[in-house]
Amino acid sequence: MKWDEFFVTGDPMIYGADVSIVLTMVGILFYLTKYNKWKWLWDEWLTTVDHKKLGIMYIVSAVLMLFRGGVDALLMRTQLAVPEAKFLDSQHYNEIFTTHGTIMIIFMAMPFLIGLINVVVPLQIGARDVAYPYLNAVSFWTFFIGAMLFNISFVIGGSPSAGWTSYMPLASNELSPGPGQNYYLLGLQIAGIGTLLTGINFLVTILKMRAPGMTLFRMPMFTWSSLVTMVIIIFAFPILTVALALMTFDRLFGSHFFTLQGAGMDMLWANLFWLWGHPEVYIVILPAFGMFSEIISTFSRKTLFGYKAMIWSMLLIAGYSFLVWVHHFFTMGSGALVNSVFSITTMAIGIPTGVKIFNWLFTMYRGKIQFTTPMLWSLGFIVNFVIGGVTGVMLAMAAADYQYHNTYFLVSHFHYVLIAGTVFACFAGLIYWYPKMFGYKLNERIGKWVFWVFTIGFNVCFFPQYFLGLDGMPRRVYTYSEESGWGPLNMVSTIGGFMMGIAFLILVYNMYYSFRYAKRETTGDAWDGRTLEWSTPTAMPPFYNFAKIPEVTGLDHFWRQKQAGKVEKLKAEDIKPIHMPSNSGVPFIMASFFFVAGFGMVFDWMWMAIAGIIGVFGTLFYRSFEYDDGYYVSVEEVIETEKISK
Amino acid sequence: MRRLKPFFTFGLLMAVFMLSGCSDMIVLDPKGPVGAEQRDLIMYSIWFMLFILLVVYALTAFIVYKYRDRKNHKGYDPDNEGSHLLETIWWIIPIIIVIALSIPTVKSIYSLEGPPEESKDQKPLVIHATSVNWKWVFSYPEQDIETVNYLHIPEDRPVLFKLTSADSMASFWVPQLGGQKYAMAGMETELYLQADEQGTYEGRNSNFTGEGFTNHTFDVMAMSDAEFEKWASETKAHAPELSKGQYDKLMLPGHVKEMTFSSTHLDWVDHATNAEYALDARERLGYEEKIPHSRAAKEEKKKREEEMKKLEESESESHGDSHAH
Repeated sequence: MKWDEFFVTGDPMIYGADVSIVLTMVGILFYLTKYNKWKWLWDEWLTTVDHKKLGIMYIVSAVLMLFRGGVDALLMRTQLAVPEAKFLDSQHYNEIFTTHGTIMIIFMAMPFLIGLINVVVPLQIGARDVAYPYLNAVSFWTFFIGAMLFNISFVIGGSPSAGWTSYMPLASNELSPGPGQNYYLLGLQIAGIGTLLTGINFLVTILKMRAPGMTLFRMPMFTWSSLVTMVIIIFAFPILTVALALMTFDRLFGSHFFTLQGAGMDMLWANLFWLWGHPEVYIVILPAFGMFSEIISTFSRKTLFGYKAMIWSMLLIAGYSFLVWVHHFFTMGSGALVNSVFSITTMAIGIPTGVKIFNWLFTMYRGKIQFTTPMLWSLGFIVNFVIGGVTGVMLAMAAADYQYHNTYFLVSHFHYVLIAGTVFACFAGLIYWYPKMFGYKLNERIGKWVFWVFTIGFNVCFFPQYFLGLDGMPRRVYTYSEESGWGPLNMVSTIGGFMMGIAFLILVYNMYYSFRYAKRETTGDAWDGRTLEWSTPTAMPPFYNFAKIPEVTGLDHFWRQKQAGKVEKLKAEDIKPIHMPSNSGVPFIMASFFFVAGFGMVFDWMWMAIAGIIGVFGTLFYRSFEYDDGYYVSVEEVIETEKISK
Repeated sequence: MRRLKPFFTFGLLMAVFMLSGCSDMIVLDPKGPVGAEQRDLIMYSIWFMLFILLVVYALTAFIVYKYRDRKNHKGYDPDNEGSHLLETIWWIIPIIIVIALSIPTVKSIYSLEGPPEESKDQKPLVIHATSVNWKWVFSYPEQDIETVNYLHIPEDRPVLFKLTSADSMASFWVPQLGGQKYAMAGMETELYLQADEQGTYEGRNSNFTGEGFTNHTFDVMAMSDAEFEKWASETKAHAPELSKGQYDKLMLPGHVKEMTFSSTHLDWVDHATNAEYALDARERLGYEEKIPHSRAAKEEKKKREEEMKKLEESESESHGDSHAH
């Protein structure tokens, strides 16, 4: 491999990125050394198995990835603002939309939600940690390393450019040679291991570690949605793992699963991809539904309407999510019967989703609605998500889909569900649980500015795209002609995109502002909440969460206790030694070996790949013979912690 | 509610502004029965969707306004946790809507598999459309002629497109005539279209195929039956024959201008049964795809473009300037 193939050269923007990456690295190293933070970093973060800290690290990574994916989006919108623009060339544009899609789904939406699940779910079910804390750290570090591997592609080796769907044979060696597509395969594969482990971990946690008295039908809705999500992950992610492995064999070892030669079957890739890809959509929307349920109930000061219907509709959606994948390629010519069946199953998903919308509306009915920022995001979700929902039903009508497919109509639809659904939920959940994570609220006034600028920008950006689609503008084109007449609406769309970018900056400023000036919470119950995470005496729960595991008597247990004026006070004689897991640096080291193995495979340097894989197995081996059963927190320490915090 | 008002007003204004341009949007302005059937289905569904939006927005506005936290708040009921009647209603209404949408959808899905109802008794014109990065090759087996990047079709007669690809998965789409279908290597898919009005319509590949995807387009000219027959026989008489050497060069990734030949490549290869042909042709010409940002890729691209130019010259030399369209 030559140097000009290894480093991406020739584009001033890439050189700018090179410089800023080096400067940031130097800055971080300098800060850690000057302020003697290396030990703190290692002890508190890199080796932690605490679900709350891992959750925070997930969220921080997700916000960074939101920045990266957002910059990609604005580069694309800049290129498309006017006809025949010369800002990006075709290849560069193709790389950017590929990384935008992949990063936003795999490295932003999922980790953001998994981060919030990490922070909140163990607290909501009254547990001290997850079932497998060590595994949880492995999950985070494999995700993080997968994301880093994918992200360096744009300066080293070149980014993938076959779309986030990577349809074969375009993504094959013959049509897309080089490390780019390998980055996609290895980055997703490594991060996918983490996601699958998270699925198993939280399934067991929710099923086995609930506080006494918390039956399945007394679980908060966010915990329910997480449980259902984990089931989907466990069934869907192995499909992705296999599909990625097969394509990796095609590219690195000359097999012919999906290639042009050797009777490979490109349609098989499309089927496998969407067999995972459609459930994936529900993996990123169900936790969002769960969060909105919590938030709407809290700020309507009212119990959730139709609790059981909410659960059954979610289970129905989870089941359906595996029965609709063909609607991503109605135009493949599968025949009338197949298209009819998948049209109907897809439209049928709208039924339980519609039921949920009405249940949220009626949760507010006869309530006392407070317009806090998390509630504003939830209301914004209902209003905007419905537009994404109804256009989804339109797309489900296969005969009409032949005209929408591959156009901006589709692009607008999935941004209306993924932004108004998932991203609004990430913001709402972040703001709602922020005091639980950091001990203070984000500023509400600035938060409302973020909401309005973002929501208006979002509509200005994506609403015109429905009409561009109906006017025949295909997705993924890097430019268009003056005569097409698509110029004005594209300009409007670009303006909206930049409004969303500004809103993001205000959000980041809000984090800084609130860190400096926000009033610190004195109790654990920042919003007058309903569920167990708000019942801890301190704003931020201690590392063991609960000094005494609560006993649950019904849905919204904490809220009902407060209503009855019977909130239990902790007594010293109730406290027993608490068993906690030990920190471990092995997950971080294992993930680093994964990076070495992945990087080696990306460049087809097998010596490096094999060295990395040996390292991974070495850490597995080490862990197998490590007899560490954790440790006990003494009664005195618990009493001291609880008293200090009182 | 006061706070939400500007938001709703804004949405409404935007919808009005956009819908006013509705008739100009090409998908809603079809020029043939296939596109018209799809337009009707789309408009039918849009009315349902507007109804759903209206119900949800009206209900949201009412509830949020009435039950906002304020002084003299009335009707607060923290334990109101469900109603069998209401919940039954909103399970049933969506089911009815889905049924109402499913019936015409399934009907259309089935009818679009065959030629349009109005011209069922006519024998369709068969055209093989082959995508090769980033051009379209059209073969008329009955007329024994072949065109590149443009199509001539007679009006008021169904056209049966047999779609395939020499390399990437493409999607054949002429929005004003009707919806698209994939063209895949080693596979053949069929698509019926028909033009009811004479004119030139834009067609394109809508499925991402890499660097040249944006300009992977073609023109469709719909003309009277007589004009079409005249064009076909003149092409057969005057256009050059397609040689294997020329066709190999067509297999290189790149763009070419419109071309016309008096024989078809179907004489020696059908990409629907031979998925490897294009890769073999590239190998014969000593071409190999390079890592996109490398210097080698830039040199390769220059070489390819020269080959394309030579191909274009060889086609126009042999039949002068007698492009029949």
